[in-house]
This record gives sequence, structure tokens and C-alpha cells, in this order.
Amino acid sequence: MINITINGKKVQVEEGITLLEAAKQAGFNIPTLCYNDDLEATGGCGLCVTKVKMGPGYRTMRACTTKVAEGMEAITQDAELMRTRKTVLELILSNHPQDCLSCERNHNCELQQLASDFGIREIPFANIVNEIPQTLDCSSKSIKIDTSKCIQCGRCVQVCQKVQKINALASISRGISTEMKAGGEVELADSPCINCGQCAAHCPVGAIVEKEAIDYVWDALLDSKKYCIVQCAPAVRVGIGEEFGLPVGTNSTGKMLSALRALGFKGIFDTNFGADLTIMEEGSELVDRVTNNGVLPLLTSCCPAWVNYVEKFAQDMIPHLSSAKSPHQMVGPVAKTYYAQKMGIDPKDIVVVSVMPCTAKKQEIDRDSNMSSSGHQDVDYVLTTRELGKMIKQAGIEFAKLEDGKGDDMMADYTGAATIFGATGGVMEAALRTGAYLITKKDLEKVEFYDVRGLKGVKEATVKIGELELKAAVVNGIGNVPPVIEMIREAKANGKPLPYHFVEVMACPGGCVTGGGQPYGGNDKVRVARAKGLYDEDSALQKRCSHHNESIQKLYKDFLGEPLHGKSHELLHTTYQKRKLYNK
Amino acid sequence: MTQTNVDISDIIAKWKPIKGSLVMMLHAIQGRCGYIPREKAMEVSEKTGIPLSKIYEVLTFYHFFKLTPPPQYQINVCTGTACYLKGAPEILAELNKLIGIKEGETTKDGKYAIAGLRCLGCCGLAPVISINGKIYGQVKASQVKGILEGLDKGEKPA
Repeated sequence: MINITINGKKVQVEEGITLLEAAKQAGFNIPTLCYNDDLEATGGCGLCVTKVKMGPGYRTMRACTTKVAEGMEAITQDAELMRTRKTVLELILSNHPQDCLSCERNHNCELQQLASDFGIREIPFANIVNEIPQTLDCSSKSIKIDTSKCIQCGRCVQVCQKVQKINALASISRGISTEMKAGGEVELADSPCINCGQCAAHCPVGAIVEKEAIDYVWDALLDSKKYCIVQCAPAVRVGIGEEFGLPVGTNSTGKMLSALRALGFKGIFDTNFGADLTIMEEGSELVDRVTNNGVLPLLTSCCPAWVNYVEKFAQDMIPHLSSAKSPHQMVGPVAKTYYAQKMGIDPKDIVVVSVMPCTAKKQEIDRDSNMSSSGHQDVDYVLTTRELGKMIKQAGIEFAKLEDGKGDDMMADYTGAATIFGATGGVMEAALRTGAYLITKKDLEKVEFYDVRGLKGVKEATVKIGELELKAAVVNGIGNVPPVIEMIREAKANGKPLPYHFVEVMACPGGCVTGGGQPYGGNDKVRVARAKGLYDEDSALQKRCSHHNESIQKLYKDFLGEPLHGKSHELLHTTYQKRKLYNK
Repeated sequence: MTQTNVDISDIIAKWKPIKGSLVMMLHAIQGRCGYIPREKAMEVSEKTGIPLSKIYEVLTFYHFFKLTPPPQYQINVCTGTACYLKGAPEILAELNKLIGIKEGETTKDGKYAIAGLRCLGCCGLAPVISINGKIYGQVKASQVKGILEGLDKGEKPA
């Protein structure tokens, strides 16, 4: 610990932290804009300027990149600093469109918040938005980039290049002409982008946002001939509450289901049901591959951004990917076949809407013809958690006051194994619970696998199931994937024992709980809190293994038959193809 | 001197082992091709493992690198103080009238490009223009047409 003085207050802080963190600990809030908890500070925007004593006077330093030192004396708030920061903001605003009212980030924008906090009433500098290069890139099915709104903080490029290591986005040109966009003379859809949406989740303004589907969904709800069905992914229930002021990580399943009914959806399904179904298929596939000398390790396929990654960056791993579709892509075709038959509805009139914590799901729904296995596009629209929040607000529903509702049992019933799908390690844990049963025909006494929980980039576990020592790895954050794939390649090339039997990958750091479509402000604290919301629900549920889901059992008995074969194979499995890094 | 079908593998092989040599590599490629064709940037990316997006960060950061083929005639008009006062704006206006492009632009057929620059170091000759490196001094707006016609007649600038 070292001793420093901030605004006259003597405090002890840990060595090596920044002045920004130290000030926060001491109870002083320094405004920031380019800074983000997930990323390396760059000191780019200049909003966090502070004064640090040097010799007889003070020197202006950026708090986010200034490390504390023994005896440091700093001033983080006074009239001069306020004026300086206000000028910084005014300069940023002179290069920003003034269309907040119609912007996707209206009321949820870091720049707008600061402009409000600083009481900006006029911008004394000429607006230069239209005098510098700007690009509107709508090519991607997931992401929209509008560089005219960009404040050049660089978060998106940093998350794409350094965290996810995809290198689709780049900082193009220099100085005032800099644009954060797909690099290499291409649009985003033709770039190596895997649609994870971490750029959108980290953008402080409206420069990178998801492609909204809200109006299409309202159109479907308005159309009296349509039968609208909705399903929400596991992670949505621990995110949606934040859009309405509930504490981070609150599990709002009941309110969410009530809100969906109030929006006018006729079928209230749950992607958790699909998650249980996925485990039946993927678990059976794992057992099949392990017992019949199939291609191992098996790689999970729930995360479409990860699937995109394999198809673009690691094509030799395609045979390793589970052929099981992702949970919502299982609910879609079952809704348009099984449910349609049971209810006597023409599947062409059914509209399936998936609410996802994810932007890649927007691209997944029509990635190839396997996604129309019901004879119609299996899932029609994908909304992010944030978009669902907007729809609930548009409808005037008071979310926090809603009574807990229920889904339609036939396709909303779920177990604890399904709900933990939203956190890194959750798919693995769910698969192990059912895999153990499928191999030994006995249920586990203890269903928790703590080794696969938590935020470590690569987690490993060895699980004894009957005779078999099953080796598993769990990766979160696509940037952590390359060394794991390298290990697998090396073992295969040298005929060495495989390092793993089963590998779960979620492309977003922390898994779906902080996916590209979740409420803004994700960091490790948020990841832990949202995951806890899911694990707590799992512990509280009576049924915690997918094979105990009675509606799933009934679905197999009445309609699908056996996992992996017949109708299951036809509706619930898919194929993959090699895709180019650059389409141009 | 604009060529895209040239082999650059020796350039990549030469610089690849040396860390931090991307700029040198691109410099040499532009020297050979006249600019950096996208397929050459792609080749560098594939052979070195440097992501294409990062190569473009470098290419677009330095004004030196060109992403489009150089024009047949690069016309640079000095707009430094002396040339400016002696009539550079009139020369630019005349060029604009004759070939239809402004400073910083290239004609669609790639024949002419006009750039403004600040001082060629021969203020005594103001106003000065240079075409593909050849200096024309004390240019009057009325002479611009003749100079352009001279180019077409094969009076090749040095």
C-alpha cells in the first residue's frame, strides 16, 4: 500500500493502480468517456484530466493512464478542471450529429449523459460532422456502423483486435479523418467479422449498434393473420431487469414472461426448453462419439459467433463441431411442426421471434437452408435483450410492477441445466449432468461442476463417468480460443492422446450474460452478478437435468422419436461450411 | 510504372523475418507497383500473418502510401505563400475549368490528378507547378492549357 493525497484527503491505496481507480476508492468520481473496465486505458478522450503536483506547481495528467506513486498529491475536481472537461466535451460535440432524439442510444448514451451532467447548453465550436469522411455500413445482418456518430474512443477496435482477436474492425486514416470501421477496403459483411457484437456492446454512443428488428416484430404482432410466438434465451432473464432499474443480475423470468404476453404474443415459449432439447441431442452426440470412436473432441455449437469463427478461422475443426443446432434454432422448427400440428395452425402463419443476448443470432437465422428445416424459415426475427426492453417501454408496460407470469408448458418448461446455458461453463455443466446419465443410466448425486464455472478464459475439468475419465475444457472470449485449438491440432498431428473429449466455447467474455445484445455496461462484476442470477435459479429448481424435463420427454415420445435420428436429425441438426475470411 | 501483375514474393521474403518491418515491405511494394493494390496487401497478410485490417491501418495512416493507381500526370500546384500571392489560386481554377477536377482529386480515367503542396523550395520561380516531377516556373493561368496540350503531344515531363 502507498500513501497519496487526493483533493486534500490522505488515503492508502494499492501500488500499481491508476489515479482514476484510486480516486474512485477515495470517493471521488472522475468523468470518463473512452475508458472502459474491459479494456486497456488509452487516455484518448481527455475527459479524465486531473492535476498532479510536480515541483512547485501542478501538471495536467489523464487519470486513466496515470499510475499512483508514493506521496502523490492530486486534484481531481475544481473549477478549472470542470471548465477544461467541459471544453473537451464541447469539442467532441462539435464533431457529433445533433440527432439524439432519433438515435438508437437516446437516453442510453454515455456522451449524452455527460452532456447532461455538464449542463451543455450550446456548443461554441462550428459543427464539422459533414466536413470529414463518414461511412454508413449496413451490410452486416447483425451490426450497423455509422461513423458520423463515432467519437473515436477506439473501444470497438480494441475489443475486436485485442480482446476477441478477430481484427475485422480497424482504425482507418488518421487525425480528425479517422474512422473505426471494417479494415481492408471492405464492408463488415465481407470482413472476418463473426457477428459477436462486442463492438456494439462497448460503443459508448450510437456509432455501432445492433440492426434493429423491433418494427418488423410490431408489424407481425399487428397482423391478425399471424400467430406470433416468442422465446427468450437464458441470459435475457438476468439482463432485462436492468433496462428497468432492477439491480444487476436480478432474475426476472416471471416478469419477463408477463411482459411478453402483454406485448401480444400468443405463444410464450422459452429458449430454455430448447436448451434442454439441445442437451438431449448434443449429449447423445457426445456419448455416440465417445463410445463409437467418433471425431473428438466434440466442440459445442450453441454460440453462432463461435460457429462463424470455426468456419472462417479454424476450418479443420469443422468435423469437431456438434451438428446440434443452437437452442433457439431447435425451438423454431419444433414450433412450426409439432406445435403447429398440435394446435392446428398453418405453419406459414406462425412467426417465431427469438429474444437473445446476442447479435450473432440475427445472422444465424438465415445462415443456410438448414435454418428452414420446418419448410419455412424456422426463426423469423431476433431481438436483442436491449430491443425487448425498448418494446416493453414502447408498449407502456411497467415492468417492475408486473406479476410473475408463466410460459406455455408445452414449450416453455425447463430445468436448471437449461438456465445456466447463459453463463460460461453452463453448457458444459448441463451436458455433463445428462451425459453422465446417458452413459451410466444413473443420475449424478451431485450435479454441480464448480471447476467449469467462473470467468477464467480457459477452464478445465476431468470428470469420472463410469469407466470413462472425461476431459473437458471451457473457453469464454473468442480471443482465448487459438491456444486451445493449437493443442488439439498438435495432439492430432502427433498421434498423442487428445487433450479433451469435449470443449465448450462462448465467443463473448463471460458467455451470453454479457453477450453483444445485453444491456450496456458489462464488466467482470456484471458478469459475475448475472451468472449468479442463473446459478441461483438452477439451485432453486427441482429438476436440474435436461433429461428430467417432462415436456421434452413427451416431445420425443409424441413426435421426435429418438435423439440424433429421424425427425430429430432432420429438424435439430445442421451442417457447416468453409467460409472465406474476406469475401472480396 | 503502374503494375499489379508483378511478383512481390521476394520483397515479402526479405522483410518477413525482421520484426516491425511492415512499413519497409509496403514501401518496397509501392516502389515496384506504383501503389499498393489490394491483392498485394492481401498477399502480405496471408504470407506474414498480419491481419489485413492492420495493414490498412498502416496504409491509411501514412499519406505516402497510395491505394489507387497513380495518375498518368500528377500535377502539383504549389500553394505556399509566394506562389499563392503570385497566382496559384488562378492556376487551380484554370485546371479545374480545363480538366474538371479540384485539388485532391483524380479524373475518372486516371489521367490527371491535382494536388496542392506547400513550397517546392524555388520561390523565386513563383508561381510554380510540377508535373510528374518536372518543374514549371512563373506559370500564368493562361499558359496552363498549353502545358497540358504539350503533355499530350508527347512532350514528356522529365
